[in-house]
Amino acid sequence: MNPKLITWKYASPPYFYPLAGKMIPWFALLAVLLGIAGLWVSFFVAPTDAQQGEGYRIIFVHVGASWMSMFLYLVMAFWAGIGLSFNTKLSSMMASAVAPTGAMFAFLSLWTGALWGKPMWGTWWVWDARLTSELILLFLYLGFIALQAAIDEPRRADKAGAIIALVGVVNVPIIYFSVKWWNTLHQGASVSLTQAPSMAKTMLLGMLLMALSFWMYSIAMVLTRVRAIMLERERHSDWVANLKEVRS
Amino acid sequence: MNWHSPAEFFAMGGYAFYVWGSFGVTALALLIEPLLLKKRRSEVLKSLKRELSAKERSQ
Repeated sequence: MNPKLITWKYASPPYFYPLAGKMIPWFALLAVLLGIAGLWVSFFVAPTDAQQGEGYRIIFVHVGASWMSMFLYLVMAFWAGIGLSFNTKLSSMMASAVAPTGAMFAFLSLWTGALWGKPMWGTWWVWDARLTSELILLFLYLGFIALQAAIDEPRRADKAGAIIALVGVVNVPIIYFSVKWWNTLHQGASVSLTQAPSMAKTMLLGMLLMALSFWMYSIAMVLTRVRAIMLERERHSDWVANLKEVRS
Repeated sequence: MNWHSPAEFFAMGGYAFYVWGSFGVTALALLIEPLLLKKRRSEVLKSLKRELSAKERSQ
């Protein structure tokens, strides 16, 4: 078979379904191992913060969850856009599979942020640029999910969802740069690509380990969900009828 | 090591509610999602098996 065909082969559900099934346990294992290491560093290695005492340890879940909420949105919009332009159904299924996990991380970002804001700023919530744009991100995810759920015909649902997903992309840089563009209560970036991190090395390590764990977790969850979506949508096809988990 | 006793660890320097509230809800969410997905998969497999056996009976 020519190499181009081999690459494209995995873009079709009958081939991607078993491949995803083989990858899931590895990503799940990585998520657990990185999570254990991350929690260890978060609580037992990283020192107490000079200003915020032990309260700052919320950073170890808050930053990872916030990064994943933004990153997963870009991944969702990417697959939705590919599905819309090239009419590839697996791409659109990937977009639908990413949305719930992304929404969960957006919620966790807001939740842990509120629990951090209360002791440090004296309030659970303020309508400032960073917090508000993250809330809009959660609503974009929920809008995408609700819109797709409201349309019975899957390919039409894919297209309508893709429009929301693509329009909403503009919100991601707004979240990211909000702390620079506007005066906000939220502190500036802890880690940036251009400057040395403004924190202890072990704090940074804990944050990165937790973020990586969330990343691997997300891959495992998205692959699990896309497998379920493939079965649901392709239920009348031969490859589904011939699966051993359906036959047995 | 940051802590001298388990009690000190759980107290989190007075921030117990905020720190454990953050880690606890995150852990809960990360446990519930895979369980919901497992349920979703077993439901679709169950209905696929039902459809298949109905088809085979009718043939």
